[in-house]
Amino acid sequence: MKTYTYTEKKDTRSGFGAGLAELGRTNQNVVALCADLIGSLKMDKFIEENPERFFQIGIAEANMMGIAAGLTIGGKIPFTGTFANFSTGRVYDQIRQSIAYSGKNVKICASHAGLTLGEDGATHQILEDIGLMKMLPGMVVINPCDYNQTKAATIAIAEYEGPVYLRFGRPSVPVFTPADQKFEIGKAIKFTEGTDVTIVATGHLVWEALEASKALHEAGISAEVINIHTIKPLDDKAILDSVAKTGCIVTAEEHNHLGGLGESVARVLAQHRPTPQEFVATNDTFGESGTPAQLMDKYGLNSDAIQKAVKKVLKRK
Amino acid sequence: MPNIKELTDLTTQVRRDILRMVHKVNSGHPGGSLGCTEFFVSLYQELLETKEGFDMDGIGEDLFFLSNGHISPVYYSVLARSGYFPVDELNTFRLIDSRLQGHPTTHEGLPGIRIASGSLGQGMSVAIGAAQAKKLNNDDKLVYSLHGDGELQEGQNWEAIMYASAKKVDNLISTIDLNKQQIDGSTDDVLPMGSLRAKFEAFGWTVVDIEEGNDIEAVLKGMKEAKALTGKGKPVCVLLHTVMGNGVDFMMHTHAWHGKAPSDEQLAEGLSQNPETLGDY
Repeated sequence: MKTYTYTEKKDTRSGFGAGLAELGRTNQNVVALCADLIGSLKMDKFIEENPERFFQIGIAEANMMGIAAGLTIGGKIPFTGTFANFSTGRVYDQIRQSIAYSGKNVKICASHAGLTLGEDGATHQILEDIGLMKMLPGMVVINPCDYNQTKAATIAIAEYEGPVYLRFGRPSVPVFTPADQKFEIGKAIKFTEGTDVTIVATGHLVWEALEASKALHEAGISAEVINIHTIKPLDDKAILDSVAKTGCIVTAEEHNHLGGLGESVARVLAQHRPTPQEFVATNDTFGESGTPAQLMDKYGLNSDAIQKAVKKVLKRK
Repeated sequence: MPNIKELTDLTTQVRRDILRMVHKVNSGHPGGSLGCTEFFVSLYQELLETKEGFDMDGIGEDLFFLSNGHISPVYYSVLARSGYFPVDELNTFRLIDSRLQGHPTTHEGLPGIRIASGSLGQGMSVAIGAAQAKKLNNDDKLVYSLHGDGELQEGQNWEAIMYASAKKVDNLISTIDLNKQQIDGSTDDVLPMGSLRAKFEAFGWTVVDIEEGNDIEAVLKGMKEAKALTGKGKPVCVLLHTVMGNGVDFMMHTHAWHGKAPSDEQLAEGLSQNPETLGDY
């Protein structure tokens, strides 16, 4: 079985910052906007190198989304930066009308998504953003898994014409994907080959899925781990090909089970190949204060939870 | 010099278009459309410096954004009669498969439209973004926008108003259609907004009043004054005093025709007050 290791941990938001800085050097049309969270979004380098292409909006996210839409008229490629909660729910109608329905080339870059924001608690821990954004017609939704993938995704979305939601996080997590990877929007990545069960994971849960697959291997269970970084458009074929072989699936995400990756996978399976599925996701709940590790444990979003879900789904085959 | 007779004839014809469009589909928003007819005619015939044809980026030309998208009838009529698309297409307003949606949109590719509007309060932010893109592109043309007065009750406007002056967005002229009416009644009854001049000035804008917002010559004079005030470090606000439903006597001075179509008899009466000038579509 192919195994993965890491030598360092980094936050995915820093991957965004590094990708944005590189875009600043390579694409003169890229502009950045922030609603008073430059440090949290790691936008400092882009701003230092391209002060004329940065717009500090202040604490006014609705205005930021509208200004971003306007900047596209004139050929700019705006990247907005704030927390995931303030990038989606707070400004849903602005995104819906001025960006999505208007077909504007805005990149909505959202940090501190999910429970791993930690101690700030439920007001800031959005677990509904993937659902909100994937429901908008034409919106691409991406949730990369580590620093390198986030950096590559940031660079890739500048080349794509149309609105994109890019979701990443605050905590330091293992860096296990290659630094020189090419990011393909909508293309799943198979991390391990397996025959007994498919594990489809996104974001911070991808490393946990790999950890789970190692433990399962030792228990004699062969798991195929697939990284879905692009929740919309979903790589239906990668999912269907895998379950054709394994016959059951576990989905894993740092998001509510209502509206998340798991539901998108369930729709594909229901239409094309009904397959037993278990969901590793939060269960229609808000989060709370705590350390990221405590929260992921309490709400069942880690390797242990994935292993339990695998054992459960195997019995349903 | 503008030919006032020609502009007045066009204004009368646009009023006919508005009445006929909303009557045909028994829906739409005639009141605000009629009140802004002189403004739109002045804008598209005399004020906007535009290039031939239409492209989304609009580099090297003036741009206009309509924030109160429900007054789409006047927008569509003036765009069509300014050559953006065939006048006959006004026949399709609000019908299935039309580019002339109830509220304006880029989604169906209608030339002249650069942003969807309808959900209120979003247009000023968009106009600011477009104005800042012009500055980045060293493009010295201007951005114009239009907003309802009731629309200013939406909080996003005040985020935008605060931002535009702080960031010295001085290539922007935002006009407020001050007709003092909204759906549920007069703005003074629904939610009094006090002095808009004092508010915009307190937020750091230059303010121009056009007291006779339904007089073509007054609109042209006031908008040219506003244009002369651009490029001086401040965004410019025009308070355009209009009469909702202007030009159709039974629709004037009331909120009742905000979003209501005339009956057959009312249409005939309205049209008789605005005799055909340039030919109906």
